[in-house]
Amino acid sequence: MSERFRQALDGITRVRGVRGALLVTDDDGLVIADSVMEDVRGGAVAALAASLATRMGKAAIGARIGESHFLHLQAESGALLVMPAPNGVLVVVLAERNVNVGLARLEMLRAVEVVK
Amino acid sequence: MTPTRAIEPWIEGPLVQFVTEAGARLTLIMTPAGQVLAQHGFTRAVDVMSAAALGAAIVSSTREIASTIGEEAFTALNHQGIHHGIFLAEMTTPRGPLLALVVYGSESSVGLVQLFYEDLVRELFAACPEVEQRKPVIAADFERDLNKSLASLFGR
Repeated sequence: MSERFRQALDGITRVRGVRGALLVTDDDGLVIADSVMEDVRGGAVAALAASLATRMGKAAIGARIGESHFLHLQAESGALLVMPAPNGVLVVVLAERNVNVGLARLEMLRAVEVVK
Repeated sequence: MTPTRAIEPWIEGPLVQFVTEAGARLTLIMTPAGQVLAQHGFTRAVDVMSAAALGAAIVSSTREIASTIGEEAFTALNHQGIHHGIFLAEMTTPRGPLLALVVYGSESSVGLVQLFYEDLVRELFAACPEVEQRKPVIAADFERDLNKSLASLFGR
């Protein structure tokens, strides 16, 4: 993994409650770089998050509310956060239920700046 | 919706689940020789035969390239187009190696296809019945068997 990508992901994974952070191609759903806990299936998270983000993006455009900037899926025991970056990259974060979403989002914005 | 059809019934369940989850438009399950065991999405027999022959040839060619560069095998191959992608991979079953040729559109992705392909391989391995003793292929039976297979694949 390149140093630039490592730095982008390290900031996110330092947030308490984050179980993994990935840079994913939005059209292919493939992992560019990741930093995830051992029990997290990075490839599966990447593929499904990219598919979800693509569909949500289409829904947002269909609803005439503009492009999607941030996706927060709150589930029973965790959360999935997705932020599109330029050049067709998605910043994907898998976190525990009690994660500080605001802080995670701030680190994701920093990661977007690094990868663009 | 185009039905999924299989000559070998144990393939149908896992294949239906795969095409549903991965959003595949067309799928073939075949032997490395190009003999089709199941298909989804094809409407013409001639397309099935062409795709199977070309897919088997591609796998055979890449196996030779792998051998040339000292690689044991390439397990999967993906071609990405503007509107469609093709995913071609070889799997191992108790009955020997099988190939999967998957065509997907913009509603899916190579990541999704790869993800659910792993499940397909696992489920086909589990569903595969005991190995049967293969009968020798007799030239006189070949055309009859081929027509019977195509009839099964297209429900005729």
